[in-house]
Amino acid sequence: MAGPSTAENNVHPSEAEGVVREPLVLNDRPMSWITDRICGIVENRQPFIWWVLFVPSALLFGLLLGTLVYLVSTGIGVWGNNQPVAWGWAIVNFVFWIGIGHAGTLISAILFLTRQKWRTSVNRAAEAMTLIAVMCAGIYPGFHVGRFWMVWFLAPVPNANGIWQNFKSPLLWDVFAVSTYFLISVIFWYIGLIPDLATLRDRAKSKIPKFLYGFFALGWRNGNRQWRHYEMAYLLLAALSTPLVLSVHSVVSFDFATSVVPGWHTTIFPPYFVAGAIFGGFAMVLTLMLPVRKLYGLEDLFTHKHIDNMSKIILLTGTIVGYAYIMELFISFYGANKFETDAFHLRILSGPYTWAYYCMFFCNVIAPQIFWFQWARHNLWVVFIVANFVNFGMWFERFVIIPTTLARDFLPGQWGYYSPSTTEKLMFAGTFGMFMMLFLLFIRFLPVIAMSEVKGVLPQSDPHFPDWKKLREKRRKANS
Amino acid sequence: MSASTDNSKSLFGYVAEFQTASDLYHAAEKVTEAGFRRWDVHTPYPVHGMDHAMGLGKSWLSAAVLVGGSTGFLFALFLQFFTQVSLYPTVVQSKPTNLFTLPAFFPVTFELTILFSGFTILFGLLTVIMLPRWNHPLFNSPLFEKATDDGFLMVIEARDPKFKKEKTHEFLTEIGAGKIEEVAH
Repeated sequence: MAGPSTAENNVHPSEAEGVVREPLVLNDRPMSWITDRICGIVENRQPFIWWVLFVPSALLFGLLLGTLVYLVSTGIGVWGNNQPVAWGWAIVNFVFWIGIGHAGTLISAILFLTRQKWRTSVNRAAEAMTLIAVMCAGIYPGFHVGRFWMVWFLAPVPNANGIWQNFKSPLLWDVFAVSTYFLISVIFWYIGLIPDLATLRDRAKSKIPKFLYGFFALGWRNGNRQWRHYEMAYLLLAALSTPLVLSVHSVVSFDFATSVVPGWHTTIFPPYFVAGAIFGGFAMVLTLMLPVRKLYGLEDLFTHKHIDNMSKIILLTGTIVGYAYIMELFISFYGANKFETDAFHLRILSGPYTWAYYCMFFCNVIAPQIFWFQWARHNLWVVFIVANFVNFGMWFERFVIIPTTLARDFLPGQWGYYSPSTTEKLMFAGTFGMFMMLFLLFIRFLPVIAMSEVKGVLPQSDPHFPDWKKLREKRRKANS
Repeated sequence: MSASTDNSKSLFGYVAEFQTASDLYHAAEKVTEAGFRRWDVHTPYPVHGMDHAMGLGKSWLSAAVLVGGSTGFLFALFLQFFTQVSLYPTVVQSKPTNLFTLPAFFPVTFELTILFSGFTILFGLLTVIMLPRWNHPLFNSPLFEKATDDGFLMVIEARDPKFKKEKTHEFLTEIGAGKIEEVAH
């Protein structure tokens, strides 16, 4: 806490070293502007392009439901899975969506603990994206078990024969990890939403929105006697979610790493998967937020500084992923295990899926390197295109890990090939529809930026530096 | 409504508006000094250091979460050891199941610890801030709506033992309040 200080030395801590920092909200926007702009998205009519995106997304979601009905009524054979490739697109897509779901909680938890104030403009949308991505992910293993109505066997209750689950199985760990992650992310997101729902409640004119926002705001009154517990709750959730977000993809990677399949049985998997998940998640956040920012005029809130920071995270994690790719190859060579060496030889040189490997390598490792240059991080088109390369590349990473490895295991007599069936392709398109549809509904009905948090990082919100404006001008003059 | 000091039984209290976070902060220090107890400040975001100005300590929610998390931890260990070791040992790939299979139980134990802590945070928070409570006298005040937008408000309740209708009004003006509104029950 900053105590009273002399008038001359009364410098805002963020500018203590004489550096004029780029403000988090541009153009000195007052708080009421922030409220109006963000609530306006919910209160006004949606732009035409919202409908242009929403209608096809909803249709694709319908397609997803259709393929699921077809799958359940016919049988799991409508997918292209076979022996030896029992984990086809279903698990590829599961890991892909779960990976995307990592950015939200990373932004809200880890960046909160590390006091990265720029997170406030991004975290709400990223958390919503997380929840939606985890929902999309959950569909796949649920139906991959074959008989969807038996999914309750995964819950820790004895089944009809009194048999309990095998708690030593990584697949069961996965059930716990993913469901815990989903529930904690919902709690985190909802607690963060309460003050903003109260804002929408107080602004609502008509009866039904007033009732609904009021119902979910729970009667929140913004009192400091509430805020102090609220802040503690938020801090605790951030502290708990930080190891959680790192654990989820680690546990997902255990599904592979604890098996004895060559190409999967490696200790690098947990950190490699986590870095990849953060990488892919940030790319998806940028893919969604760049158009949202433009469409709803949020340039002052979601600034170049945010995009720059996120591009740097993509560069960092992409490089970690590249390191992991190369280290995997090195260890397979250095380990001198014949099966391992062959698995990677087949993966990069002579196997049926080498094209996928190079596709992945280019998208994930080479493409983000352009972010070393500031002009690239500041050119929105470059950022958008690279983010999409990453989305594409991260899907290929999972494809390389799963079918490539399974198609070539120990005995050549077991070797096979896998290509997805039409149902699988339609289903994947369907989950994209579901993802887009739910995200568009989120934009339509909930505040896309955490208003109460953004207001808290404005320079005028610090009670200890009432004359911040004068001080900033003084600093500027001294610097120039 | 026990300690209603003077005339009006239906008065809930005063809502007073301040210009900036800084003004509110210093006003809060003065209200704490004056010894009021039933009062609060309402701001669009949590004001840094306000707990100190109001003389409030650290939230004890963390203690509740420690209990919740420990419950999750113990429950997970019980669930796994009881079902795997004594109730129905599942022997897969001839891996043993006994006390020493603890490492295989780490992931689920970890997840359940977090899960129980998370629910304790949610329900603990709602309990300590006494929500949900969908109706409240303050919602009758038009000025109070600014609390969720850009207002820096202070509320002193009439049930405070120090509350005197005229004197408190004067006191609020003295410490820098702009608009002051009476809120009825």
